[in-house]
Amino acid sequence: MNREDFPMLNEDYIYFDNGATTFKPNQVIQSVVDYYTKYTANSHRGDYDLSQKVDYLYESTRDVVKNFIKANNSKEIIFTSGTTMSLNMIVFGFMKYFLKPGDEVLITKAEHASNVLPWLELEKEIGIVVKYIPLDDNHKVTVENVKNSITKNTKVISLAYVTNVIGDVRPIKEIASLIHANNGLIVVDGAQSVPHIKTDVTYDDIDFLAFSGHKMLAPTGIGVLYAKEKYLELMKPISYGGGMNSRFESNKEVEYKELPLRLEAGTQNIAGVLGLQAAIKYIEEIGIDKIHEHEIELKNYLLTKLKEIDNIEIYNQESDSGIIVFNIKNIFSEDTSRYLNHYHICVRAGNHCTKMVKDEIGIKNTCRISFYLYNTKEEIDKLIEVLKDNKKIYEVIL
Amino acid sequence: MDANLKREIIVDNVENPFHRGIKDKENFIKANTHNESCIDNIDLYVKIQDNKIIDAYFEGEACAITTSATSIMLKKIIGLTKEEARSLMKEYYQMIEEETYNSDKLGELNVYSDIAKQPSRKKCATLPFQTLEKTLKISEIEIDD
Repeated sequence: MNREDFPMLNEDYIYFDNGATTFKPNQVIQSVVDYYTKYTANSHRGDYDLSQKVDYLYESTRDVVKNFIKANNSKEIIFTSGTTMSLNMIVFGFMKYFLKPGDEVLITKAEHASNVLPWLELEKEIGIVVKYIPLDDNHKVTVENVKNSITKNTKVISLAYVTNVIGDVRPIKEIASLIHANNGLIVVDGAQSVPHIKTDVTYDDIDFLAFSGHKMLAPTGIGVLYAKEKYLELMKPISYGGGMNSRFESNKEVEYKELPLRLEAGTQNIAGVLGLQAAIKYIEEIGIDKIHEHEIELKNYLLTKLKEIDNIEIYNQESDSGIIVFNIKNIFSEDTSRYLNHYHICVRAGNHCTKMVKDEIGIKNTCRISFYLYNTKEEIDKLIEVLKDNKKIYEVIL
Repeated sequence: MDANLKREIIVDNVENPFHRGIKDKENFIKANTHNESCIDNIDLYVKIQDNKIIDAYFEGEACAITTSATSIMLKKIIGLTKEEARSLMKEYYQMIEEETYNSDKLGELNVYSDIAKQPSRKKCATLPFQTLEKTLKISEIEIDD
């Protein structure tokens, strides 16, 4: 749908790597161009009209994000550079002070590096214990397994809402309720969910949420940290400098601003923020449920077609998102992606920054197809045609 | 060497790699090199005695170029002294970088003579030799101790 809005689709590529990043519609590109050509100014700095206009647009994006994820208050929306930075702020700006040695943090082996490495660092730094919730036979998190993993020491559960390899949608509301009953907190990596399924932090009772703009039509370098206000109030900045202080004196008296600016030091990615606003408005105009339905339809169509090819192994048939991971039997994933690249088909090969998932699916490297709103069945037909002809892979790539 | 023959040799080494899999790792020096894509993952095992590579194996998953280059390299280096192995390595890198080289010395490794035409594959083709150099360095450190 809406293919005419995406200039990259004129470039003769079939782009199936939307889990990595998405193409941008004209509306988003224009919003960035407008900032640089019609009202360039810094935000929260000047009294002149230009700066006021930028302030207004910048702050109105906070409201747009707040409404999009159903937060209670715009102060709960902090702009960051992306999911990775948001998760690092949660771990090193909040959890470092909230958690005590021996406190347990539950993650899974299917998490992205950005939801693993900060925790492992904090484990080394302050002696928390990182544990893995076992996954079921379909590599999913079940409420039962979460229940069995929680001990009296479990203080945090940190999970992707949708995982970036297996593509399963986790029962976050139920998990949040379990950890809250244990006086703990839930952190959600929304990088692969916010662009594709409806997000409601209030309904799910999510304490912390991280997501990126560039995986949902916005520019790169802009992301969001959401947290309940009471936790954000306690969060320490991990960056200090301009824009976040209200005064500092030569006698070293320092006072910082209130939320949300206290957590946004330095000149922000203003063009990115405005692009994010345009992206969210674009998604809302279509309707996120419609986008999700479209992806599921494509996924089911692809699954049926892939099964018709003898030597294709699919690893996540049961997933409920627009992600499929597969290999051609006895062919290394990178060779498959090079083969597809020859026909201008872009898929991701490798471990997808999820290096522990090999322990779960028993395979280190896979090809991943991840859909978005502009993908079509015709593109899938082309992919299938090329994959059916995979006997000539070495002829093509060598 | 014509393109079809080159491809045939590469595919043969992918499908029937030489010395892939090691049973007894005792007295072998191990090294691993991830290339920048962090996908290709080869463990190389080299046994050195009296300055000579007397045996070598590899394990791991990698693309067709890296897998075949490792297989062919192992066929070439077993029995060489470290100096001979490094001299082979030098000729090989010169070929990869499209400099003057002695093709007689390289044997089957000549199948990668055109790899420079695909710059992104150069790292795949050199990965086994980078790993070999690691093992040689390790062997020197151990001797110094």
